[in-house]
Amino acid sequence: MQETILMKGNEALAEAAILAGCRHYFGYPITPQTEIGAYLSKRMPEVGGVFLQAESEIAAIHMVYGASCAGKRAMTSSSSPGISLKSEGLSYLAGSDLPALVVNVQRAGPGLGGIQPSQSDYMQATRGGGHGDFRNIVLAPASVQEMASLTQRGFDLADEYRMTAMILSDGTIGQMMEQVTLETPVPKLVEKPWALTGTGGKREKNIVTSLYLSPKELEEKNLTRFARYKLVEERETDYEAFCMEDAEICLIAYGISARVSRNAVSAARAKGIRAGMIRPITLWPFPSAALKQAAKTVKHFLSVEMSMGQMMTDIELAVRCTRPVTLVSHVGGVIPTPEEVLLAIERAAEEAAV
Amino acid sequence: MSKTNKPHSMTETHTHYCPGCTHGIIHRLVGDAIDALGIEERTIGVAPVGCSVLAYNYFNLDMTVAAHGRAPAVATGLKRANPESIVFAYQGDGDLASIGMAEAVHAAARNENITIIFVNNAVYGMTGGQMAPTSLPGQLTQTSPNGRDVDLCGLPVKVCEMLSQLDGPAYIARVAANSPKNVIAAKRAIEKAFRNQVEGKGFSLVEVLSSCPTNWGKSPKDALKWMDSTMIPYYPLGVYKDTSRREIDS
Repeated sequence: MQETILMKGNEALAEAAILAGCRHYFGYPITPQTEIGAYLSKRMPEVGGVFLQAESEIAAIHMVYGASCAGKRAMTSSSSPGISLKSEGLSYLAGSDLPALVVNVQRAGPGLGGIQPSQSDYMQATRGGGHGDFRNIVLAPASVQEMASLTQRGFDLADEYRMTAMILSDGTIGQMMEQVTLETPVPKLVEKPWALTGTGGKREKNIVTSLYLSPKELEEKNLTRFARYKLVEERETDYEAFCMEDAEICLIAYGISARVSRNAVSAARAKGIRAGMIRPITLWPFPSAALKQAAKTVKHFLSVEMSMGQMMTDIELAVRCTRPVTLVSHVGGVIPTPEEVLLAIERAAEEAAV
Repeated sequence: MSKTNKPHSMTETHTHYCPGCTHGIIHRLVGDAIDALGIEERTIGVAPVGCSVLAYNYFNLDMTVAAHGRAPAVATGLKRANPESIVFAYQGDGDLASIGMAEAVHAAARNENITIIFVNNAVYGMTGGQMAPTSLPGQLTQTSPNGRDVDLCGLPVKVCEMLSQLDGPAYIARVAANSPKNVIAAKRAIEKAFRNQVEGKGFSLVEVLSSCPTNWGKSPKDALKWMDSTMIPYYPLGVYKDTSRREIDS
C-alpha cells in the first residue's frame, strides 16, 4: 500500500520503522528527536509492538542489544549528547555482531551545545563511535522521504551484515514537514540461527558475546568482521550525482547541507558556472571511488558541511589531495545559505580559471 | 547420565573460580532451580562483567554477556522481545551496585518480569580485590589499603534494603552461601525467584552473600567464618519484599 501524506521527518522515520517490521523501540527523550519516541509510544501498542522509555540512553541501547540477541528488529534514537552515551552499546553491538538501527538526529555540540541542527557527529558516526575497531553503516537522509526509505534500508542492511545501521540526520530534516510516500517494503528475511530464543531442547546452546580472551581468536573475529565490512564497501556504497556530467566545481554535501548546496549549484549553473554535487547517501562507506573518478575532470572540490571539516578529511583522502578542497561550513546550529555557498562556488571557479 | 550429578541445565565444564569461592555453589543452585521448574529449554542467561563473566561456559543455556552493569537492561530487551522466555541476569556487586545501579533500580521499579541473582562478595574480584560499593567499613582492599574509611568513601550500599523500598519489585531476598543451612535457604529463594517469573509475578532479586578467600586474604574456611561473624551482621539475611505473601495475607 502506498499513500502520500504530509509528515515530519522524525515521524516519517518512526512509521517507516514499523512498516519495516520493527516492533521493539527503546529510547530516552532528547531534543530534536523526541517526536520519534512520542509517535512510537502511540503506534507500537497498536501493532502489538514494544515501546519502552528507558532510564537512560545507555540502558536504551543495551535493551536494543537484548532484543537483538533475541533475533528481533530493534531500534533506538537520540541526538548528539545521547549518542555519546550510546557509544558503549555501539561497541558491544559491533563486538557481538548484532544488527540494530540507531538514529542520530544531530544537534550542535560539543557538550550540551545547543538544540539547533548540526552535522558535527560525522567522525563519531563514520569511525564507529566507540572503543575498538568497528564501523556502522551510516545513512544520511536529505529529505523526509529519505528519513523513511533509508530507515527501511537500514534495517535490511543491519540484518544482512549483522551490524549497526545508523541514520545520521539533523535537526532540520527531523523537524521539517514534507510530502512523503510511505511504502510497506518486503523486508529481506535473514535467518538468525545465532539468536537467543532458548534451545527448545532441539539444538546446542547459542552464545552471544564480544569477549574473546585468546588474542588469536579475537584477531580472527576482527578480521572476519572487516572482511564483511569490505563487502559492505563494495556493494552498499551509495550517492547521488547532481549536474556532474561536465562539472568543474564539485560540491560534496549530505543531509540539510545538500539541500542548500543543490540550490547553490542550480544558481551557479544559471550563471554559466559548471558546478555539480556529489551527495553521499552512505557516509560509511564513503563514496570514495566516485570522488576519485570525479577528480579526473573536477578542478575544485567544496566540502559543504555543518562541522569543522570533518567530512573534508574524507574528501581529501578520496581524491588523494590531487585537487584543492575548500571547506564551506557553519557550526553551532547555523545553516549555510545558498547565497554564501554560491559565493564559494564563484570563488572556486575564478581560481580554477586562473 | 551426568558424571557429576550436575543439573541438566549445567555443563560438565570445570569452573575457573578460585578455591573456596562460592560462585560454584550459587551456579549450582541456579541450575537446580531451572531443572526443578523444567524451564531449561526456554531460559536465557545474561552474564555480567566480573568474575562470572564466563558463566555461559557452565550453563547449557542460550546466554549472552552484557557490558559492565548493563545486564538488567539487556535482560529487559530479551524479555520484552520474547515474553515466553525465562530471562535471568547473574551479577556481582561491582556490576550491580556500582556501575549498573541505575539499570538495576529501574528494572526493579518497572517490575520487569526477570530474575536477578546478585552475588555480593564485598570486593571487586576479577580485577584483583579493589574496594566495592559493598565493602564493609574498615575492610582491607587493594584500593582501601588502610581499611575502608567511611569518612572518605561513605558507607556500603545495602541493595535489598534499598530496592525493597520501591513499589515495583515482586520479590527481594538476601541469602548466604556459607553453610549447609544457609545454602538450603538460598536454594529455596533462588527457585522462588525463577518461579515468580514463570508465574508472571515480576521482578525478583536474590542477593547471595558469597566468599572471596583470594581477595579477602583468608583461607576458604576462615572466609566462611568471616561471613558469619562480620558480613551477615552487616547484611542481615531474610526476605525483604514478597508481594505474593501480601496476596496471601489479604
